Amino acid sequence: MNTITTTTTTPPTLWKWLVGLILAIPVWVFAYWHLDEFAQRLVDLLGLSRETHFGEAMHFFFFDTPKVLLLLTGIVFVMGVVQTFFAPERTRALLSGKRLGVGNVMAASLGIVTPFCSCSAVPLFIGFLSAGVPLGITFSFLISAPMVNEVALVLLFGMFGWKVAALYLGLGLLIAIVAGLVIGQLKMEHHLEDWVQAMVRTDSVDVPDAHMPWTERFQAGWAHVHEIVGKVWPYILAGIALGAGIHGYVPQDFMASIMGRSAWWSVPAAVLLGVPMYSNAAGIIPIVEALIGKGAALGTVLAFMMAVIALSAPEMIILRKVLKPRLIATFVGVVASGIMLVGYVFNVVI
Amino acid sequence: MKNVKVLGTACANCRNTVQLIESVAKEKGVEIALEKVEDMQAIIGYGVMRTPAVVVDGKVVHSGGIPDRAAIAGWIA
Repeated sequence: MNTITTTTTTPPTLWKWLVGLILAIPVWVFAYWHLDEFAQRLVDLLGLSRETHFGEAMHFFFFDTPKVLLLLTGIVFVMGVVQTFFAPERTRALLSGKRLGVGNVMAASLGIVTPFCSCSAVPLFIGFLSAGVPLGITFSFLISAPMVNEVALVLLFGMFGWKVAALYLGLGLLIAIVAGLVIGQLKMEHHLEDWVQAMVRTDSVDVPDAHMPWTERFQAGWAHVHEIVGKVWPYILAGIALGAGIHGYVPQDFMASIMGRSAWWSVPAAVLLGVPMYSNAAGIIPIVEALIGKGAALGTVLAFMMAVIALSAPEMIILRKVLKPRLIATFVGVVASGIMLVGYVFNVVI
Repeated sequence: MKNVKVLGTACANCRNTVQLIESVAKEKGVEIALEKVEDMQAIIGYGVMRTPAVVVDGKVVHSGGIPDRAAIAGWIA
């Protein structure tokens, strides 16, 4: 949110945005429906044949790279605009005084659309509690916001199809809702650090973004693209290149023996391995791609991915400033159990 | 001379914000007293929910994300 005092919101700027978007949308759609042709042309142009391992790998790379980048740019732009309607201050006002249950569902859903950065986790946590958002509901938000994010969903959709992305969305929300409910039921308010408990309740219900002009919303969308896509594209290229290599060369079932669905201990092992690791969705995708490509079970890999994104050692250290050890342990325990359950369910169902 | 505080822990966006404000001040030839506030309780005391946040002469003017150059120039002018 920018509070710039010198904004001159003249109509031409809005017109430029609208004309630009009207031109950009058909181009985007056209490009998206011609990806296969584009990849085929490039492979032909290089004098390669898809009959060879190398040609097939190159085709995969030329097909998946523009596909994921197109999807990411589109979705991230839309999300950037949507997020201008859900400033944390507004989300807080919506959740203030809500009961467990409905509040948890709302908090987990709002976690998807409210802009969130893990470095802001503590001020956000305190801001929620001080405005009267119950602890369990605050946790539902804090679990859902980093785990169920648009980059993870776009990448899963682009690489494994909409079913996997939808399952990730649904199960991620479910973990956030149930974990928040459990933490709320345990009534652990006295396991907050003393200075947090001593804080006076402030009823700030200011909703600053209510009258933001559309030009600023579009600008925010574009800034979001700049920030997210600008940061994650090298990881995505690396991931797709790795995937292409595997696609062309490495035999399937390479990982099946250790991370396949027959190995019952693989899910807890994946979660244990994932917790101390710290990465965002984009950073973890190359690894996910590699594991799946080599025959690891989807549930095991998703459990690993969720553990890395939702539970991280640096985040625990930051949260230690406001939570006593027992509450941190409960948080990790409840979320980790949820993720393991999801891993097993995935492995059984798919 | 304006007193500018950047509220934020050790995240990359917070460091970039400090650097950006420094560079804008230098470019405009404006003397400012720039300070980084990393203490969590102090940050929360300003009532911000997103870092980095920028405080000019005791007033919160920005919160969440790196501010743009034009906005910074406006604050320190």
